[in-house]
Amino acid sequence: MNNNVLISVRGLTKTYQMGEVYVHALRGIDLDIDNGEFVAIMGASGSGKTTFMNLLGCLDKPTSGTYLLDNINVAEMDDQAITQVRNQKIGYVFQAFYLLPRTTALENVELPLLYCRKMHPKERREKALHALEVVGLADRAKHYPNQLSGGQQQRVAIARAIVNDPVFILADEPTGNLDTRTSVEVMELFQQLHSQGKTIVLVTHEFDISRYTLRIITFRDGKVISDIPNEDVHIASEDLKKLPRLDIEEEVS
Amino acid sequence: MDILSIMRIAFKSLARNKTRTFLTMLGIIIGVGAVITMIAIGQGATKVVNEQISSMGTNVIIVMSNMSNSQSRARQAAGSGNLLDEGDVKAIQEKVDGVLYISPVYSTFGQLKYGSNNWRGSITGVDVDYFLIRDLSLESGQYFYPSEVESGAKVCVIGKTVADNLFVGEDPVGKTMRIRHIPFTIKGVLKSKGASSMGMDQDDIVIAPHTTTVSRLIGQRWKFMTIMVSAVSKERIPMVQEDIMNLLLTRHNGTTRDDFIVRSQTDIAEAASTVSNTLTVLLASIAGISLLVGGIGIMNIMLVSVTERIKEIGIRMAVGASKRDVLLQFIIEAITISLIGGLIGIIMGWSLAVVLGQTMDWSISVTPWSILLAVGFSCAVGIFFGWYPARKAANLNLIDALRYE
Ligand SMILES: Nc1ncnc2c1ncn2[C@@H]1O[C@H](COP(=O)(O)OP(=O)(O)O)[C@@H](O)[C@H]1O
Ligand SMILES: [Mg+2]
Repeated sequence: MNNNVLISVRGLTKTYQMGEVYVHALRGIDLDIDNGEFVAIMGASGSGKTTFMNLLGCLDKPTSGTYLLDNINVAEMDDQAITQVRNQKIGYVFQAFYLLPRTTALENVELPLLYCRKMHPKERREKALHALEVVGLADRAKHYPNQLSGGQQQRVAIARAIVNDPVFILADEPTGNLDTRTSVEVMELFQQLHSQGKTIVLVTHEFDISRYTLRIITFRDGKVISDIPNEDVHIASEDLKKLPRLDIEEEVS
Repeated sequence: MDILSIMRIAFKSLARNKTRTFLTMLGIIIGVGAVITMIAIGQGATKVVNEQISSMGTNVIIVMSNMSNSQSRARQAAGSGNLLDEGDVKAIQEKVDGVLYISPVYSTFGQLKYGSNNWRGSITGVDVDYFLIRDLSLESGQYFYPSEVESGAKVCVIGKTVADNLFVGEDPVGKTMRIRHIPFTIKGVLKSKGASSMGMDQDDIVIAPHTTTVSRLIGQRWKFMTIMVSAVSKERIPMVQEDIMNLLLTRHNGTTRDDFIVRSQTDIAEAASTVSNTLTVLLASIAGISLLVGGIGIMNIMLVSVTERIKEIGIRMAVGASKRDVLLQFIIEAITISLIGGLIGIIMGWSLAVVLGQTMDWSISVTPWSILLAVGFSCAVGIFFGWYPARKAANLNLIDALRYE
């Protein structure tokens, strides 16, 4: 028995009902993910990756099967406990960033802290600024999302995901809307977070992106068809040196 | 999460949509403003009525025969009348304890003439006590004497309006004017009772001895008397009322309590305030409807705002907002709108009432309770109409909200 297991799912299924039609998005997933792992989940569009991430993130409930998070059965948690897990244990990064519009980068990063324990506004501000520093955007704290590039927005979203110091980070196609260089920059950030001890589960359908992780799980039609360690781990910071810089203007502004 | 942080979130999201916030507020501003103005007008009217009633004098009791009672009219024809006469005045004065002053009151109208000036005035025939009962003081000259009342002297005291209209630029005291062609010497001019209110000019009066009024102006056949009494103290009023009633019943054979009206100032004040309070409630209800419409406006905008912000709600829930946090955020937004709108409405309504009072020459009165009512009501409107949209927001499914386009 592995004592270091963070996530343990058995026979997890999810069925959506759309009128008369049942969509079996997940058909029985068995998986264990340890603390400190860096996992990529791959698979074609519609294979159930997002559905699986939503279950891992306690954003949704499975149709059947069990999900143990830190050895606690999520199905047995009440609303309040689940809210707390979302707030403090998990950091989310979405493909479409999901930043609040007309809200500064700093305020967006502060958001999870607003819903946590009572915290002095100053402390909240400092934590949020620190998270922005980690993603290299401290100088854009007062910018609104529409004043930031896609890559910058995603980094703000990552800052928001880590601001509450979560146990693990779930990222659903975080590079899906980004160009190659920006994608690698984001992966550099994830590798950095992983080296600091964060557990990361990342969905992608791009092979290039999965090469920066340590374990690659492949989904097809709601099932795991392969689960292998990555033999050839790329280092994002090194790849970046080889890539041409396209966003010079961004650095000037 | 603590309420202060939720309030901060609510304020921020209101500040982010200033135009929408203001337009929603407008409904409440108008509603609360209308309530405040209407109550101010209604209360102002009440105040005027009360002032007028207290200007009747102090501890006043009015005694009249009830002319609307058909049975007593029939008895009058048969000779056993309920009409009051000088004998009743004398009897009340002698037999009822607690009577301080008493005077018969006859009323008639007549053409007044001085030189080439004409004025149609109302003439009141009274005894000297009348000036004390009604607390009428003189601006110049003097009252008439009891001896003049006894002898039926052709003298009178006039009000300011009569003086101003008949004696333009002249001192009326000592002059002789004609009432229906009969010469009366003016002994004094009364102090003004103030500006006319509720359409009645209290200074448009001529006061003459009742003896002269009856013999020269009314005639024995048409005399109809009311009696004005003032009691020695407020506490004695009910007893004096009762004693007068009993005395009248024994003096007028075959009459019942329905034949006479013995009414105190407090009775009249109560009747009048019932009327004016009804007026206030009516005005306030009409204004309340606009407040209701304002409240529905809040609900409408809040519903739109929930739909518009489904994704935002999803994001907030994903990073750790509970149902309660979302519910509170939206309710606080609604309350904030209605409270701030309410406060602005109070200021606007108050100003409008003051402006109306000055331009239309209405009496207005903004009372603390009407402000409390408006604040309480707008708060309630916020909670009531914010509840449904807030519930809707809090019950959104997280995944659906996040996927919402
Ligand atoms: N909320 C939903 N309602 C109905 N069907 C859904 C819903 N979410 C996902 N699906 C369906 O479930 C399947 C898996 O979807 P998803 O998990 O989003 O796949 P992926 O992220 O791998 O592209 C798809 O066929 C999709 O149409
Ligand atoms: Mg997906």
